[in-house]
Amino acid sequence: MANRSALPAQAPLSSLSSVKLAELCEGLDSASLWWISGYTAASASYKSAAENAAALTSEAKYKEPAPAAEPQSTILYGSQSGNAERLAMAVFEDLKAAGVGARVLRADAYPLKALKTETNLYVVISTQGDGDPPEDARTLVEHILSKRAPQLNQLNFAVLGLGDSSYPKFCWVGKNLDERFAELGGTRLQARADVDVDIDSVALPWISLLVEREKLRLKIAPVGASIAFLPVRDSSKLITKVEPKLATASKTFEALVLANQRITTDKSQKNIRHIELSLQGSNLSYQPGDALGVHGSNSPELAAQILDALQFDGASLVNIADQSHSVETWLSQRLDLRKLPRKLVEAHALRAECDALKALLQPERAPVYAEKIANMDLLDLIQRYPIKPSNRWDSAALFSLLRPLTPRLYSIASSQAAVGDEVHLTVAQLKYDLHGRTRVGAISNSLAHANIDANVRVFVERNERFRLPIDGARDIVMIGPGTGVAPFRSFVQERAEAGARGRNWLFFGNPHFREDFLYQLEWQQALKKGQLHRMDVAFSRDQAEKVYVQHRLLTQAQQLYQWIEGGAHVYVCGDANQMAKDVDASLRQIIAKEKAIDLEAAGDYLSQLSSEQRYQRDIY
Amino acid sequence: MQDSNNVADAKLSAVEKIKKDSAQLRGELLKSLADPLTGALREADQTVIKYHGSYQQDDRDVRADRRDAKLEPEYSFMIRTRTPGGVLSPEQWLGLDAVARKYASRGLRITSRQALQFHGVIKTALKATMQAINANLIDTLAACGDVNRNIAVAVNPAQSRIHAEVYQASAKLSDRLLPNSRAYYEIWLDEKAASSQSAEPELAQTNGEKSPTYSSPKAVQAQDEIDPIYGDRYLPRKFKIGVVVPPINDVDIYTQDLGFIAIVGPDADGVTQVQGYNVTAGGGMGASHNDAETFPRLADTLGYIDKSDMEAIALAVVSTQKDFGNRQVRKRARLKYTIEDRGVAWFIEQVEQRSGVRFAPARVAQFDSGGDQFGWLTGENGALQLGLRIVAGRIEDSESAGHLSAIRRLAELFVESRHSQITQFRLTPNQNLLIAHVAPELRAQVQSIVAAAGLDIWVNSGSVLTHALACVALPTCGLAMAEAERYLPEFSGKLQALLHVEGLGDAPLQLRISGCPNGCSRPYASEVALVGKAPGRYNLMLGGDHLGTRLNQLYQENLAEAELLAALQPIFRSYASQRNPAERFGDYCVRAGVVQPQRAKSAAQLIASTLI
Repeated sequence: MANRSALPAQAPLSSLSSVKLAELCEGLDSASLWWISGYTAASASYKSAAENAAALTSEAKYKEPAPAAEPQSTILYGSQSGNAERLAMAVFEDLKAAGVGARVLRADAYPLKALKTETNLYVVISTQGDGDPPEDARTLVEHILSKRAPQLNQLNFAVLGLGDSSYPKFCWVGKNLDERFAELGGTRLQARADVDVDIDSVALPWISLLVEREKLRLKIAPVGASIAFLPVRDSSKLITKVEPKLATASKTFEALVLANQRITTDKSQKNIRHIELSLQGSNLSYQPGDALGVHGSNSPELAAQILDALQFDGASLVNIADQSHSVETWLSQRLDLRKLPRKLVEAHALRAECDALKALLQPERAPVYAEKIANMDLLDLIQRYPIKPSNRWDSAALFSLLRPLTPRLYSIASSQAAVGDEVHLTVAQLKYDLHGRTRVGAISNSLAHANIDANVRVFVERNERFRLPIDGARDIVMIGPGTGVAPFRSFVQERAEAGARGRNWLFFGNPHFREDFLYQLEWQQALKKGQLHRMDVAFSRDQAEKVYVQHRLLTQAQQLYQWIEGGAHVYVCGDANQMAKDVDASLRQIIAKEKAIDLEAAGDYLSQLSSEQRYQRDIY
Repeated sequence: MQDSNNVADAKLSAVEKIKKDSAQLRGELLKSLADPLTGALREADQTVIKYHGSYQQDDRDVRADRRDAKLEPEYSFMIRTRTPGGVLSPEQWLGLDAVARKYASRGLRITSRQALQFHGVIKTALKATMQAINANLIDTLAACGDVNRNIAVAVNPAQSRIHAEVYQASAKLSDRLLPNSRAYYEIWLDEKAASSQSAEPELAQTNGEKSPTYSSPKAVQAQDEIDPIYGDRYLPRKFKIGVVVPPINDVDIYTQDLGFIAIVGPDADGVTQVQGYNVTAGGGMGASHNDAETFPRLADTLGYIDKSDMEAIALAVVSTQKDFGNRQVRKRARLKYTIEDRGVAWFIEQVEQRSGVRFAPARVAQFDSGGDQFGWLTGENGALQLGLRIVAGRIEDSESAGHLSAIRRLAELFVESRHSQITQFRLTPNQNLLIAHVAPELRAQVQSIVAAAGLDIWVNSGSVLTHALACVALPTCGLAMAEAERYLPEFSGKLQALLHVEGLGDAPLQLRISGCPNGCSRPYASEVALVGKAPGRYNLMLGGDHLGTRLNQLYQENLAEAELLAALQPIFRSYASQRNPAERFGDYCVRAGVVQPQRAKSAAQLIASTLI
């Protein structure tokens, strides 16, 4: 970071301050830089909203110094699991190599007002759950889709969408942005690509084409390279079939299970477990807000049933992508047997010579496909659409079409300040009946059945976007229904250990007070000890009308607003599809009402909070 | 006469302070009820709510599992009715049946003091349950707590007119002895508080936060609300009154703090009616294991009074106990200890002085039976009565029996046939149900409902199960050390089998099981009693008489089931061969020296010393 001009042109600093800041940052490692960002955020939030809007630098995650000249292009990414970020970086690297000046920004670091003068914009963005943008792109996407978005006649754009075709709203956000940019007058540089979970097959050609196009269009002389020698990436480095998040997974550790206790009653619909693991000897450490990646196995029953149905020899070795395992191992530990990639379904349809299945694969049948096939697992597929012996799958062909069994991330439920070498998780066992068979989530089921003294492979996944305020005097509001309460157990422990003076207010919900009030005794104790200052609960099924946390927020509107105005940080953790949206809507309502402004302005207020890292969400 | 109130607060038992600070039984109940983070009440309110007829309990069967799951105990509330003499109309029965189905978890339970108990009511349903009970013109005020409890009254199937008279007198006395606080009506029935300061506290879901302006309960207390009978500390301990009509001692009159034994005779016109009462005082069952200071005690007879003096005597006894009862050591706070410590003569003097009534010498009153009769009975003028045996007082619909529904059907029948003005449901002090004044034309229908539901268990059950008593104990009673209600059928069966083996199949035997030494099932006044010491272990008590006039004694301590049966077997064997004609087992135990007989007072000392 030696380049003093690293600061973007629009940085609201005097040139002297810019120099000082650049000097300050020089040579610091990332941990120090993060600390400074928190420090400045805390300082900023004491100042008026008008001031601190400009004063914040923390979240501006500039990956690379922009060239001294105005960058010609902007690459924006919105990323949840890290894939979009890596693709955006790839675009950036390739453009740079091609001599095109560019900057790459995470969506929440992009100043919205720059949009109307932006000329060349490439967006790499994923879609979550039910068609939602990733957390970091929420504000940007909402702005662009809203009627406040400016005319963009000057804009040339290209959109690369990421998603998972097993969801109905596949690449929804990318599609919407792509259409909206055109609607606002922008010029589409290149047709959008919708990237499925086999990322590289679609993304890499699209990026190559884009870079080639832009190199020519922006009339920059190639820097020692011609089209023919466009850099070809080693895809394994950039994009792996496994989530790139596993970059951190290199530090996996076999953690000993210290406790595995169900914390809902037998009468509860949910089997939610409190799990304590030992990190002793691992050198792993974590902060409140971080997640723990957990490896697991498929349900032994499911693996055995599939093995049986396919009539494979469980002991024979199968080699895929330089990995050699027995069929049994592939099925029980290596492959995701619950999600069916479209390509696998296509291949199966051919083998099964099944017209009905082939018909479902037609693009116009996508909704039916999503409804009928997306929730199937491999056993369903091979049982429902049987194959003649002559067409039988061979194991290598089948396995290479399946996705790898990936680890699952769980928000950590403990603070190391309180539990030392342990890490605690709050895990809901995913379990449901469908088509007469009980289905379980591979990892949650593995954890639910993990015996004391067994080992579980884990790694720590940092989450800098979900952090306690540096300033312990800040109040915090924690909204975490269901297992979303996990990180708040960590927060409360951490703040108690640190002697933080700020108040802690927790909103929790679940179906039944008696059966699934997670950590009830601990919260009662924390309240008694003054480590938790307020707690509101919503037990949805304990009365005729369903009551959720968002309703409790509304009940407490005035108080809540006072806390927020007083500088409180607001955290939301849990379900992204419904809860987080409802909570967000409630917060808007509260702000609109208490501030006597309209909902749109309240949305801006929330966005502002978000940019000040005072509204953080860990939703999934 | 306020000397006990002058004792320095520091010396008073903790409960005394809670009572005094409760603003006439309000406490902080409204806050406790509004706290959404716990199914429990604040600690002091757990005492206060007793005066409203409810106990906080938890399901002890799941306590340990819930602790492991980081969940608080499964708190719920027992609610007890104030139903003097256990008298209900069929409409009221239907109403309470509906309350049980909607809010409670284990049907209805008849107590040994003729109340109905609801178990398993959760905190958030408490108010609705209270309102639903009161909608049937039944309240729960003072059903628990250090006040006069539900008055037990002889059921008296054979003497309808006498029953009506003692029942009326008891109901009136019960009302007279109610605390005067409006707390009950404000908290449960939304009566507006008299004082503007007693407005509801803000029901914010706030914990640990500086609470909004909820004035201290003391500030609420209106001066004119100080209770004329109970003051601001109420009685030192619970207080139980019984009214009995010889020759049936179904209320166990000598186990009551205050007893009235009706003396019946012809008036000037030759009409048989109650003339007056022998008054007894100082009975009580409660004791603590291994504590010589505590013991069960049978009441002393103070003398005879005219029936018009009943209320004056009751008020004088209550006020003497209020002023002199022990408020420092709670386990020594019952009236029996006041009398034991100060003497009967002193007590009589106090009561006479305070009431202005002089006791006449007690009249002759003989008991010849202690229990209930079952099946169809014919009373005065051929009135039909049906005695139903309810084991341990529990009426519920289970997989094996639909007792709750069957009795509901009976009540519906009486209402539908417009006999509900005449027909009466009476809860008996032996946990049974007497249906009084059944219209003859309904007899066949009633009989068929009873038989179809297996409610006629006295027909085929042995005498042990037919006459036994048991308190609730586990899983809801916080005091229980061992099972009682849930163990009664099983143990009765084994005892009956043993009797059968020893050739005593027809011998009546009075068994009472209590989960702890406090004695809600009146264990010390029975022939054979099991008093819980630990899960599966009991003290075996023998030698009481079946009329409730002699306490039993500790025979062996801390026995498991096999040991209990082994201890009883040789005694049964010798009883079978050596008993006199019609000699009861309890009497035989005393005559044969199995245990040493003692009259009440010295019996107390004996119990105490053997318990050490």
